[in-house]
Amino acid sequence: MITGAGIVTSLGTGWAENAGGFRLGRTAFGPVTLFDVSGQRVKVAAQVNLPNELPPTRLSRRSQQRMDRAARLLLHAGHEAWTQAGWEPMEGLPLVLGTTGGGMSLGEALYRQAIQPPYGHRGQPARVVHYQPQRQALDLQEALGFVGPITIIANACASGANAIGHAWELLRHGQAQRVLAGGYEGLSQLIYSGFDSLQALSPTQCRPFDAHRDGLALGEGAAVVALETLESASRRHAQILGEIVGYGAVSDTHHLTQPHPQGEAAWAAMTAACQNARVSPEEIGYVNAHGTGTPLNDSAEAAALNRWAGSRAKTLPVSSTKASVGHLLGAAGAVEAVICLMALYEHWLPPTSTLSTPEPACAFPILSRPMDAKVEYALTNSFGFGGANASLILRRWG
Amino acid sequence: MGMSRIIVKGAGAVSPAGWGAAALTNALERGTPLPIEGLAGPAPGRPLRVRRVPVANPKPAFTAHPRLRRTSPIGQFAVAAALEAIGPEPGRLTENGARLGIVYCSMAGCVNFSRRFYDETLKNPSTASPVIFPETVFNSPASHLGALLGTQAIDYTLVGDPGTFLQGVALAAGWLDSGRVDNCLVIGAEELDWLVANAAEMFHSESIVGEGAGALLLCGSANGCGIELQAVTSSYPFSSKLQRAAAAIKARDEARPDVQNTLLCDSTQAVARLDSDEIAAWSDWPGPRISPKRICGESFMAAAAWQCVAAVQAVASGRFASAQVSVVGCNQQAIAARFGKQNSDEGRGTRDEGSARVD
Repeated sequence: MITGAGIVTSLGTGWAENAGGFRLGRTAFGPVTLFDVSGQRVKVAAQVNLPNELPPTRLSRRSQQRMDRAARLLLHAGHEAWTQAGWEPMEGLPLVLGTTGGGMSLGEALYRQAIQPPYGHRGQPARVVHYQPQRQALDLQEALGFVGPITIIANACASGANAIGHAWELLRHGQAQRVLAGGYEGLSQLIYSGFDSLQALSPTQCRPFDAHRDGLALGEGAAVVALETLESASRRHAQILGEIVGYGAVSDTHHLTQPHPQGEAAWAAMTAACQNARVSPEEIGYVNAHGTGTPLNDSAEAAALNRWAGSRAKTLPVSSTKASVGHLLGAAGAVEAVICLMALYEHWLPPTSTLSTPEPACAFPILSRPMDAKVEYALTNSFGFGGANASLILRRWG
Repeated sequence: MGMSRIIVKGAGAVSPAGWGAAALTNALERGTPLPIEGLAGPAPGRPLRVRRVPVANPKPAFTAHPRLRRTSPIGQFAVAAALEAIGPEPGRLTENGARLGIVYCSMAGCVNFSRRFYDETLKNPSTASPVIFPETVFNSPASHLGALLGTQAIDYTLVGDPGTFLQGVALAAGWLDSGRVDNCLVIGAEELDWLVANAAEMFHSESIVGEGAGALLLCGSANGCGIELQAVTSSYPFSSKLQRAAAAIKARDEARPDVQNTLLCDSTQAVARLDSDEIAAWSDWPGPRISPKRICGESFMAAAAWQCVAAVQAVASGRFASAQVSVVGCNQQAIAARFGKQNSDEGRGTRDEGSARVD
């Protein structure tokens, strides 16, 4: 059961701002101001307008000052999920997070100072410590007042979905009663430059599943969910927002950065998630696609969705919310799971706002306008570099 | 919940002692710290002190694989250790639909290529190499290994401090226990870079950074014989309420090792300030102990993997009935694990919440 959810994207901080934005199909991209992009081919991203103040927590002022942007994004989302769940400080609470870069901006600052004479160490030890994802996880624990085992999954762009899926498995196998899980990612120069070097960034506009799509747009943000067993939630009369019911994780060995052209692993991940959830594609009411907007990803995912959905495809609503907030890499799977949760809870479906000419290979309708709908099950896909493929299925509660 | 036994089918290592678990074992038995080399850093005339993996001669055959031609050392170390753990017939692990899972663990990750790519970005982003960037991603070694072995089963790349390797072992045990996979590789790997050595030196000038990888191949077995994963304790994260020293004691207390004929493989590295918490936690240990980091250097996740490989080798040699592994990590957690010779008449065990205990 999901009893708390927190989300930060370029649309805003918190459930209300994000639900409002996704429900209306808003987009939130702008010029990158966090680092120098003057030499890059593309200069736009979905940068978060981060509040100046962190939410009130147990972290000391000094600890707060040492947190980098990614850690702050995580703290905002974690605090919202924690508060919404109404959890109290506790021991033995597992924390499962997904990220690809951790505190990469601190790692970059470390390097820039390290190569400059006089090669001084001033400020460097703190950068070494706070660059590492485990420090960000420990800070979140300290802030919210809980302790427990930390698992950090770095499966590239599937990390956030893997984190929530793994947390769900801990509950399912009786290894925990509650788990805090999610994903986070701050924009960084290295990763931005990396995607630009691959010419994966759109020089025009991110248009997932559009026939004229020409690349992705990077974003940043975080999402965290408070998961607990039904027994635990019922015992404390917690408000249940929704439920994770299925998880599939499969490896695509085709290529380091390109999916199998027919989306074999994507199909297998969706199929495994359905088997876990004991539902068929006919019962899925909405798919939040990985839908990056790159020619290769979207054609492979379309092939996989066509095959997986079969006859259901022609009426299955699919959209990619990366059209609104970009690709959040290690946070994407968690953010998109929370978008599904909001949609199930509030009875709407988010659109692919930038779609103009649907890719003809898609046998399914691609939502290009916001839609009110009360669906039972939503599936969300996340596929990453290295072939990490993950699918989650969420169910509406009540 | 009921749990099948978790058997260690194989172990492999690449270390400054050489390519292969035997080289590591021999170096640990000799007990003499390996020679220190100088590694050029950005500051002229101030080489950093490191222990490098020797150049492989001959070059491993797997480097001819299209996915492995241009991997950085960490990928090659990881693959070499994994292939050694698997043995001569890797294809058998994925025959007839058998599922081979991968848990790959690292702390610093693919730092050679990350540093190189970022340097190119700072100089001129328009010429930063698209060939290098994908190799900077934490999970690229696991991806290459999966492609080489042809496995499509679940794989996770875990990051964290060295204790994460034991969490990875527990995760693999969980996957085997739940039937998620039929076999599972757990790999810990790191590569040397001046950036890492420089960072380590900022905290402890005596610390000698090393590199390499270690791997275990685990399988579930209801009634098999061999080297068994007997227990992994809970992870004890460091916090303001549980300082590192106290976490080390908690892990030691939960481990409850049988001191009879047991070898302790600890994570000390001959750096007094770093070692003191672990030394205090295990101060009453009466038996023999080995410390791979003292011989091969501080190699973070790879070193934790070497501890497990050394533990398995010690039990396999028949000299010890069991081996206790203690990892008191640098900035996240304390955790312990135990390997032992399996008796075929032992009963099935139960798993503690959050751990893979079988006792």
